[in-house]
Amino acid sequence: MSFITANWNPLGEAFYRKTELYEMSWSLRDGLRDSLVAAAPYGGPIALLREPHRRSPSSRPQLEIYSASGVSIASFPWKSGPVVQVGWTVSDELLLVQEDGSVLIYDIFGTFKRHFSMGQEVVQSQVLEAQVFHSPYGTGVAIVTGSSRFTLATNIDDLKLRRLPEVPGLQGKPICWLVLTQDRQTKVLLSTGPDLYILDNTSCTAVSPPGLCPQAGSIVHMSVSFSYKYLALLTDTGHLWTGPSHLQDKLNEVDTKNTKPPQQMVWCRRPKSQQPSVVLLWDKLLMVVGVCQDNIQFPIEEPCVLVGELDGVRILSSSQQDLLQEVPLVCQEIFKIASMAPGALLLEAHREYQKSSQKADEYLREIKEQSMLGEAVRQCVEAAGHEYDSNTQKDLLRAASFGKCFLTDFSPDPFVLTCRELRVLNSVRESSVGLPLTHTQFKQMTQQVLIDRLVYRQFYPIAIEICRYLKIPDYQGVSRVLKHWASCKVQQKDLTDEAIARAVCVKVGDSPGVSYSHIAAKAYECGRTELAIKLLDFEARSGEQVPLLLKMKRSQLALSKAVESGDTDLVYTVVTYLKNEMNRGDFFMTLRNQPVALSLYRQFCKLQEQETLKDLYNQDDDHQELANYHVTASYREKRLDSRLSLLQSAVDEYNKAKNDFSAKATEDEMRLLRFQRKLDDEKGAGLLGLSVQATLEALLALGLHKQAEQLYRDFRVPDKRYWWLKVKSLVEKEEWEELEKFSKSKKSPIGYLAFVDICMKSNNKYEAKKYVSKVTLEQKVRAHLAVSDLEGAADAAIERKNESEMATVLSRCSASDRLVIDRLSRAATAGKK
Amino acid sequence: MAHGARRDCPELPDFSLLKRLARDQLIYLLEQLPGKKDLFIEPDLMSPLDRIANVSTLKQHEVDKLYKVEYKPVISTSDQLCFLIRPRIQTVKWICDVANADKAAGKFRRYKIIFTPQKFYSCEAVLEEQGIIGDVTTDEWSFYLLPLDDDIISLELPEFFRDNFLSGDQRWVRTAGSALHLLHSLYGPFSKIYGIGRCSKMAYESWREQVAEGEQRAQNAEIGKVFLIDRDVDFVTPLCSQVVYEGLVDDIFRIKCGCVEFGPEVTSSDKSMKVMLNSQDKVFNEIRNEHFSNVFGFLSQKARNLQTAYDKRRGMDIKQMRTFVSEELKGLKQEHRLLSLHIGASESIMKKKTKQDFQEMLKTEHSLLEGFEIRESISFIEEHINRQVSMIESLRLLCLLSITENGLLPKDFRSLKAQYLQSYGIDHLLTFANLRQLGLLVEQQPGETLAAMESKVGKLVNDKTAGKLTDAFSSLARKSHFRALSRKLNLVPKSDEEYDLRVPRDMAYIFSGAYVPLSCKLVEQVLDRDGWTGLEEVTRLLNGHEFAVTGNNGADSKAKSDAQRIVLVMFLGGCTFSEISALRFLGRERGYKFIVVTTAITNSSRIIESLLDNHV
Repeated sequence: MSFITANWNPLGEAFYRKTELYEMSWSLRDGLRDSLVAAAPYGGPIALLREPHRRSPSSRPQLEIYSASGVSIASFPWKSGPVVQVGWTVSDELLLVQEDGSVLIYDIFGTFKRHFSMGQEVVQSQVLEAQVFHSPYGTGVAIVTGSSRFTLATNIDDLKLRRLPEVPGLQGKPICWLVLTQDRQTKVLLSTGPDLYILDNTSCTAVSPPGLCPQAGSIVHMSVSFSYKYLALLTDTGHLWTGPSHLQDKLNEVDTKNTKPPQQMVWCRRPKSQQPSVVLLWDKLLMVVGVCQDNIQFPIEEPCVLVGELDGVRILSSSQQDLLQEVPLVCQEIFKIASMAPGALLLEAHREYQKSSQKADEYLREIKEQSMLGEAVRQCVEAAGHEYDSNTQKDLLRAASFGKCFLTDFSPDPFVLTCRELRVLNSVRESSVGLPLTHTQFKQMTQQVLIDRLVYRQFYPIAIEICRYLKIPDYQGVSRVLKHWASCKVQQKDLTDEAIARAVCVKVGDSPGVSYSHIAAKAYECGRTELAIKLLDFEARSGEQVPLLLKMKRSQLALSKAVESGDTDLVYTVVTYLKNEMNRGDFFMTLRNQPVALSLYRQFCKLQEQETLKDLYNQDDDHQELANYHVTASYREKRLDSRLSLLQSAVDEYNKAKNDFSAKATEDEMRLLRFQRKLDDEKGAGLLGLSVQATLEALLALGLHKQAEQLYRDFRVPDKRYWWLKVKSLVEKEEWEELEKFSKSKKSPIGYLAFVDICMKSNNKYEAKKYVSKVTLEQKVRAHLAVSDLEGAADAAIERKNESEMATVLSRCSASDRLVIDRLSRAATAGKK
Repeated sequence: MAHGARRDCPELPDFSLLKRLARDQLIYLLEQLPGKKDLFIEPDLMSPLDRIANVSTLKQHEVDKLYKVEYKPVISTSDQLCFLIRPRIQTVKWICDVANADKAAGKFRRYKIIFTPQKFYSCEAVLEEQGIIGDVTTDEWSFYLLPLDDDIISLELPEFFRDNFLSGDQRWVRTAGSALHLLHSLYGPFSKIYGIGRCSKMAYESWREQVAEGEQRAQNAEIGKVFLIDRDVDFVTPLCSQVVYEGLVDDIFRIKCGCVEFGPEVTSSDKSMKVMLNSQDKVFNEIRNEHFSNVFGFLSQKARNLQTAYDKRRGMDIKQMRTFVSEELKGLKQEHRLLSLHIGASESIMKKKTKQDFQEMLKTEHSLLEGFEIRESISFIEEHINRQVSMIESLRLLCLLSITENGLLPKDFRSLKAQYLQSYGIDHLLTFANLRQLGLLVEQQPGETLAAMESKVGKLVNDKTAGKLTDAFSSLARKSHFRALSRKLNLVPKSDEEYDLRVPRDMAYIFSGAYVPLSCKLVEQVLDRDGWTGLEEVTRLLNGHEFAVTGNNGADSKAKSDAQRIVLVMFLGGCTFSEISALRFLGRERGYKFIVVTTAITNSSRIIESLLDNHV
């Protein structure tokens, strides 16, 4: 344990340590020599373009992609144009900037995604240098062209090219330059040798770093910190100037005593840094220069590449990878030799406790006396997070756990959380996964992003395990992973549709938030339509199935799914689509098998396209509906002959539909229309379009009895109807004699009570009474009552010995009808006896 | 009411919330179109809108002039037009015409269409087809439910009936589902859902889907049980003449959106008068559910009470008089006014309904329900047609005859139809086609049963298509099994017993003791049995599609809370006031409170009118 400080190097007040992350699993023939190397921050992947200057078709540069631990992910010969710069985006996509200004984007597996261009003029002038940078807006690309002009794209996912103003006096490329992001603006800082300029959208401003001694010479190298807050400038005399990136202030100036320009210069800071430093890399030397005058020097044996991180610098060589970082304060306090910090004492106490030594108690007492036990536990937990070695982590956590036992109300959350997170971190640091994340980086990138990265690299099992272990809600966790897994699974060409569908279904089940239609869409994108259809079957929401089915031209299926959904809007969408896509015949045939869709479309046609409606019925041989359609249409016709011809078509269709009743009725109607027309022409009766009844009424009202008679016979109007009509009409016209004559013409089919009632309706009691005697026995009482002849009614009722009728009569009697009442009551009592 | 309510009856939820929600959303939508604007309103939305937001509210939100949609060129001078419409193609087409006419005249205006309760794809398709989709903005006013009274909520969608049951156009099903979802999210969660009918099932499924999509807030349920029923499960009930006061008023004066217009013959003045009919009207509230024969007695009793109250004035000193005037007199005056109105209405009803014909018509209806003296009934109907009594009533009687008798004999079928056509014109051929399709007026098929037909079809094609075919044929082969149902459920009480209408003993009182409404009987039976067990034969006769589902909050349903006795009955295709009265009666008997949700209030005339296809 005492070795922990062995690799610590003092720098001013602080210490720096170099921890080995990996023995690289790759075997590079020529090391990192003669390659363009790009490694993404946050333990991202590494891209190597070997021998980028080869141009002949026979020998191409080789593009290789590795995980941070050196596991090969992809490798292929570079067949496109000469590459100037390689870089990674924030979402782990590989950018290759070519000489002609085009930028090609590949995914981590070396699959080409898309490309864009940095502008037309670049094709001519060529890209001299390029940089890929990260800003709050995403990943950007900056280039400087042969005509000494800079072009920027701040976010490659929302491409807007900005050509920066000219730099006075600049020929070719500047000596050094970099991209700064500050105040929500992206600028370029460049050195032409004697002069330093800041380029923004509109202007080019000359600047000078405050306090840089005039003898220092011209700036040959520059570097900006991970957070864009600090700037380091190196002059040709070996002076290193550091200060905030807005160039208003100065932190320090050191003479590195090394006038050779370094290969790389990178800031090495961490949040709450005590002693931020700049790391310079020469051929054989790595120098860490702090803000104090101190520095640390490491000899270098093989070519290296520095990768700036949030809390340190990764040093990549062909054999191994190290992390150089300032030792966090809390670790310093615990592990510094002879430290009396509470955490250090607690760690010691726990060590003694394990040895079953009573010294444990002494140490504990000492911490408790200062009432620092809580602080001690906190320190141990925090330090554990910063340690890379799992044994050290365990020691610290055990000590913390030990200390916790002596505390009563200490929240266990930080401890538990740290344990969990460390487990996750340790597992992703494994060489096979190769994500060498520090705890600080992990906190910054969030667990969501970590899972995304794992998913992106297709480490599905570990991603799912982590989701479950960290208890991330399914929606954001397991389901999301499964969704990606399934989308990837459907692209496996070597498996059958059946097998994939089954595998997907078994794994995904009905996890919330996984959309089968999304997976199916992926399958369709890779040309596996059948698989897509199989997958869509699992989709519970029909609304999601239909659009994709339409896209796949499975319109029949789309239609039945839409119908199943019960969402008529969806059905209608499909119907409209089909209408435009199919020929009419097929379209109708399709509808025919879907009654719901058919009736929906019919409804629409009724209002919008009458003709189509007819075609629809025709197609279906639906003669009944077709006939009805003709009848409807006939009412819209003003002219009699076209009306008749439509009705004739209706008759034909009714006959085809074997609906002889309707056929007959329609024929009658045609006959009636002709009859009416004839009379209209002859007498101007205005009958056209009336019903039989109304025609009869009109004829009788006009006194055209003969014609009425004819209609009555021709159309087999029931006797009753005719009699009712005639009686009513005669009474209305007060033709009493005619009425009497008519009543005697034959026995009334409607009885004679009707005569009484109708006469009474026009208040003619005298005429009404004429017919009372003719009324049948059963209706006599009612007839008498109708003409308010109470005595007659009473007589009739008594004669018939009908109690209820007697009661009816009685109820109509008023007090003045004493006589009748007496008679009735006598009869009633007699009846009872 | 003569019979006191059971004391443990639970309180009804407060549905005024629905109105407030609708109003707030409407205001929000109007404000989306800032500045002065003219508002065009679909005629059948006028009354419902009036119940939500009155003219002054609209004016506050910069509505300048109000117009009724009349399918005529607009005369508005405003440069912003807002249309508040139902999602109907016809109306949308008219708006297209308006916009295109403006374009042709070089006039620039802003148009906004607010569809309520939702917009349909077909409407947007029309906008697109007419080339004005870029010129209008569209919105949805999700005004699904209008509370007409404490216990009646209406979707105010009369076209639901025809569209869904006749045309097979299921677009409103989702609307019904959404309405249910709204009630569920405000007053749920429901612990038990029963239903019968194809449309009910679909509405239920649509609702379930919407529940699954959204998130459910945990809350105290105010409504425990839900019963969904399709109108085509029971056509008999709405086709019978109504004899309960509220139903009669609807049959004769037509209650529109909870409001009735009494003509001069009722108000005994020369003006007609609009009256709101709901539980706020104390007099009405007490007689609405009464059989008409009791109403007069009740009203005269009420008049006497009123007189006594007025009489109290005598012998009062000044002080007493002052309190009397300030506290009681206004109430008495109000009651007085209402009383005289209802007496007027009753008299008017009496005049129309106590005539011989009406009595005979009721007698015929009762014989049809009982299945006796069918020949006499047929002659009565024949005479009814021949004497040209009423186009609608004749059809109603024909339908009632057909349903109760399971179709007409071919001879009668032809002759009655022929006579009807003579009376009212050949265009009713189309009406007959509609009635036939709905199974309301059919010919008896000798020896043909649905089962026989199914097996015949089944032999021809494989099983899967047979299912589809029966679906398609079901409307053609739709059979009424009224007689069998009536026996099974004991719908027609024995006629030899006297039925005292003043002290009703079952729901049959709403039809003078002659018939227990099938729809309400089903509700009663299912609630009693907590499901359809034991009713298998009944559901088979009703063409199935029954379901009973326990909600996902199993724990809550065990708690015998008040909410479990609040039952929401949703009629898809409309319900009558008589049915509501019957359910109120059932509620009092069993200690339930029923809330009736319906796509619209209906009655026999509305049903028949919606099926007419004549072109007069």
